[in-house]
Amino acid sequence: MKEFAGRFLAHRGAVLGGTILALVLILALAAPVAFPGDPFQRVGESFEQPLGPFLFGTDSLGRDVAAGVAHGARTSLMIGLVATVIAVVAGSAVGGFAGYYGGILDDVLMRTTEFFQTIPTFVFAIVLVAVLSPSIGSIVVAIATVTWPPVARLVRGEFMAMRNREFVQACIILGMRDTAIIFREILPNCLSPIIVTGSLMVATAILIESALAFLGLGDPNVMSWGFMIGSGRTFLRTAWWLCAIPGLAILLTVLSINLVGEGLNDALNPRLRNR
Amino acid sequence: MEDEDVLRIRNLSVALPIGADRAHAISDLSLDLRRSEILCVVGESGSGKSVTALSTMGLLPRRLRADSGQILFKGEDLLRVPPVRMRGIRGHSISMIFQDPMTALNPLMTIGKQIAEVIAVHGGASRAERQRRIYAILDDVRLPEPERIANAYPHELSGGQRQRAMIAMALVLEPAVLIADEPTTALDVTTQAQILRLIQELQAGHRTGVLFITHDFGIVAEIADRGAVMQNGLLVEFGDAEQVLNRPRHPYTRSLIAAVPTLAPNRCARTAVARELLSVRGLEKSYSSGGGLFGRSARVVRAVHEVDFTIRRGETLGIVGESGSGKTTVARCIVRLLEADSGRIELDGTDLRALGGADMRRYRKRIQMIFQDPYASLNPRLKVGRLIAQGPLIHGTSLDEALERAYRLLDLVGLDRRAADRFPHEFSGGQRQRIGIARALALEPEVLIADEPVSSLDVSVQAQVLGLLADIRERFQLTMLFITHDLRVAAQVADRIAVMREGLIVEYGPVEDIFGNPRHPYTRELMDAVPGKDWAIPNADDTVARPSDGG
Repeated sequence: MKEFAGRFLAHRGAVLGGTILALVLILALAAPVAFPGDPFQRVGESFEQPLGPFLFGTDSLGRDVAAGVAHGARTSLMIGLVATVIAVVAGSAVGGFAGYYGGILDDVLMRTTEFFQTIPTFVFAIVLVAVLSPSIGSIVVAIATVTWPPVARLVRGEFMAMRNREFVQACIILGMRDTAIIFREILPNCLSPIIVTGSLMVATAILIESALAFLGLGDPNVMSWGFMIGSGRTFLRTAWWLCAIPGLAILLTVLSINLVGEGLNDALNPRLRNR
Repeated sequence: MEDEDVLRIRNLSVALPIGADRAHAISDLSLDLRRSEILCVVGESGSGKSVTALSTMGLLPRRLRADSGQILFKGEDLLRVPPVRMRGIRGHSISMIFQDPMTALNPLMTIGKQIAEVIAVHGGASRAERQRRIYAILDDVRLPEPERIANAYPHELSGGQRQRAMIAMALVLEPAVLIADEPTTALDVTTQAQILRLIQELQAGHRTGVLFITHDFGIVAEIADRGAVMQNGLLVEFGDAEQVLNRPRHPYTRSLIAAVPTLAPNRCARTAVARELLSVRGLEKSYSSGGGLFGRSARVVRAVHEVDFTIRRGETLGIVGESGSGKTTVARCIVRLLEADSGRIELDGTDLRALGGADMRRYRKRIQMIFQDPYASLNPRLKVGRLIAQGPLIHGTSLDEALERAYRLLDLVGLDRRAADRFPHEFSGGQRQRIGIARALALEPEVLIADEPVSSLDVSVQAQVLGLLADIRERFQLTMLFITHDLRVAAQVADRIAVMREGLIVEYGPVEDIFGNPRHPYTRELMDAVPGKDWAIPNADDTVARPSDGG
């Protein structure tokens, strides 16, 4: 564990990413305290410049952009995390069973996975949200539905390789049950690639959520970065900050998550680096 | 024989990166290779024998660097020549063959092209001349139909043919020095014998100096003119092969030679009074590959055909055979890692093949297995104590009791009890194999199946593990099925032997009959192929150095 921390901290990009991510997290947690009340509330004049009475200025309806960014961070991170957790759990289960048992079960599960992969991700997400009607729940479901297949393929590959390792065969000979072998013996040995992929999927999920909100398919009762960019885009020439500030927030968050993911990858698979 | 030295290594030291287990991979090594001789460098893993070969070729990995000494080839110091000159020497004057011909050959080029490349980069010959030399050298290495082989890709050849092609590539420019780094380790014993003979003939014919790196004293006995023994980067013994083998001076050499199992069976088969415990009748297993949805017919390989044998309680049956003979498939069918196609596998009268999941789990306690690869057979994420306790835990023993048993087993296999709190990667190969044995014993099985349990271990560790296995077999009256490709090992452990070839048992009988009077031609071929079969391993007491031998 100490070694792992050492390798992670030796990766400069990962430390920078981790710092930014921590700041975003603090912002999200502090939002109800720093900006109490509804972020949709009118607080002042329309189109106040940034660094005026309000740090990030106000939008066309006089709403505080800073409050929107802070509350939007909650939405983005929450959706990103929950959707990823669902996708990773579902993907690992499908991939794990397919890889361990092989044969017909593998065929059925993998053809199903491929079916999901043939539909363009974002179009599929739009369709799902449109059908389920926009809400936090449906957005999470939509994002998880379009992002699990790559996890399933990854985990299947890992399981197929592990399945024939001698330590797994030794467990079979000891009389261990399949479920115990899958979850207690093989899965812990596949965790590093799953963690790395999962961390990068959080970034993808945040992007998908923002894009959905930008198209007006976000939850109408929840402030989000994508919604802010969407509603500010008509004023791009007169009030640049309406799009630029939440845009920058997305950029920094996604970048920081990617950096952290890369750092995790290097720290968890040190042998790949020391070439 | 001329005594001219072609290669002189003088006081060579190669530094290891900081933090390695010792400062130097090789220190202060001086060796010389004569024209037209085979010099075998013998050592266990980590002795620095491969580093010696790589530094001569200028192929040291970047982490390693030769920090003092000289490697003189015809007066030039190979450690200091510029890269351009070194490229001119490699392949032309000094060439090398590697352990695994599959990875050493380019899979996307035909054999002919790869040999042509060697000639071309050393500025040689017209197209027609090149072609002629390729066919000539392929013929020299006894490859059938040189034209066909030249146009074949590496994957189309067998392992032995690939190694011959590698040798052809190395020798096409008639180098003065050939470095062979364990060139036969990946090959079957009969193929190995052919390759060794080939190297010997070519060496004599071309008057090449061969630096032959090996871990096997049998090979030294078979082909070497002189031998050098390395230990932890130091040259401990260097002399004529006959002296190194029969009158070794250094205690390390003596201990290595004492660890080589002899081919003479070490005991007679016990009289067969005990009851039959495991009996296999008419075992069949085929693999099919290819085939599928669109009606291509599948290729069916019969891995095991009509295999019958019985093992009595307390007896050890050795199954010997080369790779692909089906010996491992038999073991896996018995423990039901593979489902046999037909036949009976009876343990104490119960047919294991007929048992369902839950019943089979109960029977699993009675048959346990030890695996070949001590690195892959232990879950890297579990502590050793937990690994050993796993079996009893599955079968309902309480955690405390299972851990207590694990401690006792650690004592039994000769490891410290503190090992229980450490992870497998903290142990050496031999120690891990002991952990694997402890895990198998934790369920107190009646039958132990050992699938090449010592083939990935160094010879001295191998001797210790074999000793441990013999000890526990006596102590627990274990019945053992011991699978190995090594006839020397089989002679030491088995009461009876089954020789397998292409899925069939070709000969089956008491160990002293099989070794003393082999009946089947294939058994005889196997016996003949054992390297160093004519070398009577000196008794440890006879090998005490006599000072007058110095020289």
